[in-house]
Amino acid sequence: MRPVYMVSGGISKFAKARPDRTFQALAKEAFDYAMNDVPELTLEMIDASVSSYFSDHFQRQLMSGIMATDYLGLCPKPARRVEGGGATGGLCFQSAWEMIASGRSEICAAYGFETMSHVNTWKGNEFIALASDVSFDYPVGGFYTGYYAMMVVRHMQEYGTTVEQLAAVSVKNHCNAFHNPYAQKRMRLTIEDVRNAPMVAWPLTRLDVCVMSDGAACCILASEEMAKKLTDKPVFIRGVGTGTDAMRMADRPHLKVPLLPNEKEEDYKDLKYPGVHSFRAGRMASKQAYEHAGITDPLKEIDFIELHDAYTSSEIQTYEDMGLCKYGEGGEFVMSGKPFLKNIDYGIEFPDKSQVGLCPVNPSGGLIACGHPVGATGLMQAAFAFWQLQETTEKHLGDKTIQIPDARVGAIHSHAGTGTYVTVSILEKGF
Amino acid sequence: MARKENPNPEVEAKMEETEEGTVLFNVPFPKDLSQLKEMSPILIKQPYQIDYLHSYGQDSPFFAGLANKKLLSTKCPKCGYTYGTPKFHCMMCGAECDWFELPQEARIHTFTVCHFGSQEFLPQCPFILIQVEWDDVDTLFLSRLVGPDPNEATLDWVGRKIRAKFLRLSKFKPTDVYFVFAD
Repeated sequence: MRPVYMVSGGISKFAKARPDRTFQALAKEAFDYAMNDVPELTLEMIDASVSSYFSDHFQRQLMSGIMATDYLGLCPKPARRVEGGGATGGLCFQSAWEMIASGRSEICAAYGFETMSHVNTWKGNEFIALASDVSFDYPVGGFYTGYYAMMVVRHMQEYGTTVEQLAAVSVKNHCNAFHNPYAQKRMRLTIEDVRNAPMVAWPLTRLDVCVMSDGAACCILASEEMAKKLTDKPVFIRGVGTGTDAMRMADRPHLKVPLLPNEKEEDYKDLKYPGVHSFRAGRMASKQAYEHAGITDPLKEIDFIELHDAYTSSEIQTYEDMGLCKYGEGGEFVMSGKPFLKNIDYGIEFPDKSQVGLCPVNPSGGLIACGHPVGATGLMQAAFAFWQLQETTEKHLGDKTIQIPDARVGAIHSHAGTGTYVTVSILEKGF
Repeated sequence: MARKENPNPEVEAKMEETEEGTVLFNVPFPKDLSQLKEMSPILIKQPYQIDYLHSYGQDSPFFAGLANKKLLSTKCPKCGYTYGTPKFHCMMCGAECDWFELPQEARIHTFTVCHFGSQEFLPQCPFILIQVEWDDVDTLFLSRLVGPDPNEATLDWVGRKIRAKFLRLSKFKPTDVYFVFAD
């Protein structure tokens, strides 16, 4: 397989509702932003595309993918739609990677969108819950926040994770988003604010949970030859990994942990894995991506991560899946300050200031604050990571607060409920 | 009249939105077509309702079991893997599984209290979801816990002994069985 680069990214402003645009025109906003950022690139030069959106229900429209493809002027070139729940955007990114890596395409556009405002929030929750077994799970009380709440209750039981540790993730991500004009929710919060918000599914409150959004995002990927022609700031896609797990949470096995290079079997002597407390798909995706990229100590070798924090709990569980800390240490990891940005005052006292910002997680604000227009989300993460590695955050956000100085390697992580598909891609400064 | 202080300034007072609209047969239109790009979006209501004939297929005996106050699941005759929620083919080795009856006494593996939910379940909130575990059974079962005060949720519920109860009038849904504390 040949090397693949990312040459541009674009995002529409995520909002609760964008009734002024149909999904095709939203995709066009993100696509045009990405095109305009690489003036050398013309529509004719793009020889393939991949579209992504999660649910046909939200638009009440089948084959929305091709409708966006034709609107963007990409017919009659090869295109497909990919779908995999919350990981739809991450899968789309990797599908475009495969197009280039295999030699089928020289320049491939990956774009995703979701218009969730077309139904009310509770109907939207119903649509999302249809992504659970409709014979055994949905009829019992299908509600994704409820499913994730059961997972974190088990995490709390196994490891002693606390609700304050979950809340700290919300404080971090909302506070980071304060400096990101693309984000839907830009708030300065305290741990108490998060705990005092209305309970959604015990122990998760409204501020532990992401919101529904309308939005689109686009990434343009290219072969090495084309990337070097198009931009002097390309980003190399150094590794990709994808993992899966059973749809019914009840079906998750209780086996052994697939180990990362920085772990030993005796670390997890008595742990039954993944159960419902961990995401085996996240671990598999990380393991594959790290092997592909030659990463052996993720915390030391990755400068920042944009990961799928649809719930504060899943961010903590994902620290462990990605090997930033051992299983069971996710709660302590957040309170150590390692995933926070050094230069922002979050109103939280960290025990050892030298540890703060060791590996910032969700500097953009993540899904919790940016919003989660499902098909766009994984591509939004890629665009933010791309701008970090290009060091162009200030140019695109009009604010350099969340720019991580000298970032060389970033990871993006996209996750489908309740950990069924997970993708991890490793991005590296390519100049 | 004295104005009441808003107890929670984060939440602005507002009238609840409903989805009934007004029947409208025409809208104002500019003479100058160049002004059309400034036009507000038109939102219309599109109802969508379907009755599916959903088949439980190979899982049907489970639902017949509930109607007869039996909790059934499957076990792999080849590798011995035992399911808490039936799978007709073993996801470990691929062999066809056999039916067996699960004990009606079990334990709570994990739980949550849903204070909100999908539209269909909103009227039932708050309700308690549990994953049920049994000794010597490799996987779990999603169900409801009935009885405890949903506002008194505590981690102590994890591991509590529970007992299955069945609806007298079966609806042929997984909620035909639910659990209550047994200790």
